[in-house]
Amino acid sequence: MKGSVRVLSVFIRVHLWLMLLFCGLAPVHAQLVIDVTTSAGRQIPIAIMPFAKEDMAPQNVTPVVGSNLARTGLFRIANTTGLSKLPTAPSEINFLDWSSRGMEALVIGAIEPLPDGRYSVSFRLFDVAKQMQTAGMSYTVAATQLRATAHKISDEIYEKLLGERGVFSTKIAYVLKRGNTFELQVADADGFNPQAVLKSVEPIRSPKWSPDGTKLAYVSFENRKSSVFVQDLVTGQRRQVANFKGDNYAPNWSPDGKTLVVALSKDAISQIYTLPATGGEATRVTQSSSIDTNATFNGDGSEIIFVSDRSGGPQLYSVPVGGGTVKRLTFEGSYNVNPRMSPDGKLVAFIAREEGRLRVATLELATGQVTVLTDGPLDDSPSFSPNGRTILYESKAGGRGTLGAVSADGRVKQKLSSAAGDVREPAWGPYGTSGAR
Amino acid sequence: MNKLLVSVGMAMVLGACSSTQQPAQVADSKPAPVQQATAPTQPPTTAPTTTQQPTGVRVDPLKDRNSPLSNRVIYFDYDKDAVKPEFQALVQAHAKYLSENRTRKIRLEGHADERGSREYNMALGQRRSDAVRKAVSVLGVGNERVETVSFGEDKPKSNGHDEAAWAQNRRVEIVYDGE
Repeated sequence: MKGSVRVLSVFIRVHLWLMLLFCGLAPVHAQLVIDVTTSAGRQIPIAIMPFAKEDMAPQNVTPVVGSNLARTGLFRIANTTGLSKLPTAPSEINFLDWSSRGMEALVIGAIEPLPDGRYSVSFRLFDVAKQMQTAGMSYTVAATQLRATAHKISDEIYEKLLGERGVFSTKIAYVLKRGNTFELQVADADGFNPQAVLKSVEPIRSPKWSPDGTKLAYVSFENRKSSVFVQDLVTGQRRQVANFKGDNYAPNWSPDGKTLVVALSKDAISQIYTLPATGGEATRVTQSSSIDTNATFNGDGSEIIFVSDRSGGPQLYSVPVGGGTVKRLTFEGSYNVNPRMSPDGKLVAFIAREEGRLRVATLELATGQVTVLTDGPLDDSPSFSPNGRTILYESKAGGRGTLGAVSADGRVKQKLSSAAGDVREPAWGPYGTSGAR
Repeated sequence: MNKLLVSVGMAMVLGACSSTQQPAQVADSKPAPVQQATAPTQPPTTAPTTTQQPTGVRVDPLKDRNSPLSNRVIYFDYDKDAVKPEFQALVQAHAKYLSENRTRKIRLEGHADERGSREYNMALGQRRSDAVRKAVSVLGVGNERVETVSFGEDKPKSNGHDEAAWAQNRRVEIVYDGE
């Protein structure tokens, strides 16, 4: 568990007109509230027994695991309220009874306080039909790690039952606007534990995770214009990597984390450039008299997918990283923007304007197939979960940003709302470096 | 591109005959009497220079509320980056000032309304500031004295969510160095 909760700090700079403040743990009430609005397809019926002795621990684990699994839309969680004699040990499980209730999987667990103040958390996953344990794990953690442990357990259950990695222990970053203040926040994937890593009275935009999950690239207007920064979330050190004449915006990382692709207007109207992630000389990639912007690397880092209005309205194009022949990728509609690569490199999520509504869509690179996933009217900034199953996006309503999530197949939709303010431009972080297999 | 050259040509024609900015200047000059009324109670050194027009003293026209140079905002139509005819006189006044004051530099700050994608609205704001840059460039102001930047939709002038607010937000602001 080590490293999953880190002290985030920012390097403090003081300007007369600029407020950049270190901010520690944000108040808990600022967290996002998640509401699964649609769910479809086959769901695995699972019974999660309340973990033994968890009421004596400062953080319950069972409800976190239950809501994590329910949120995916891929599980049907049994309601155990009112049922007597719920098992907490393997010998207490009546498999035939749970089978008759239609359950396929069952979880038991316990939280034991240890003399040193820490807790031992354990769980066991059973296949009800086979009456057999299929997964089990025990963790020794500090009280502050109990919620993160619940995410770990959720990941284990998810992977065992679905055969793909869960994303419950990952992080999301987004911009929160409160009044006239912009905050760059990092939170758990379920919206809990939001932490501000940067605050400014000037706009903050476009946060993007480094592939190793230790840094964020983003745009700050603290120079009274757009400049690109990279901030190390472990050390808190931040570095201005692009502050050329004109606009410096729309950063994105290469798959190896060494290079950033950005849009700069230093030589012409917005063009695509690459530059070292540590800053330095910018290399021009596109050569046009049109707007070229919003670039993302493809899966293997050999090409850049970007937006250009060279044919009139903005459309998606690709170009080799070293420059060269530009290929048009989208042909439907007059406004296709904000491409983001799926982790497997097969899909591009983007925003398509149809009938005046901005919607999340995907483009399958191999076939050119476009699938519209959301209804809009003002959806923006799509971002894939690291397992590629879900796309997180900004959904503007009443001039205020909220977050939405849609499964990449369009079948499961969620709305995430924050009481704290206007939530924008979510970016789903990669699998963490800590606790990796 | 062709459209732009045509509108710049129109700017010259319009600028030569009459200014469509007159009503705005009248409105802008209103606060002056108020400041003058309070002036006697203030030490002479802090009296606002904007209200003073003594003969023989050269007042910086950038700080003169009665000067056309006090108009700094150019508004645009939805999804458009063409400088409309009614703003050509404003553009021309600034180009003239820059031609006469060769050490001054400007920054053109482009903005978009909240409709459209946040990221792509940066490009739209840039197109607008670039359209104004081209307009002053045609009038003889070198690109080395003009920086174009965009704020996208993130610095609205009006916080409303209707056409009246959006019209206020689709704009380019002219900012002089040192301001």
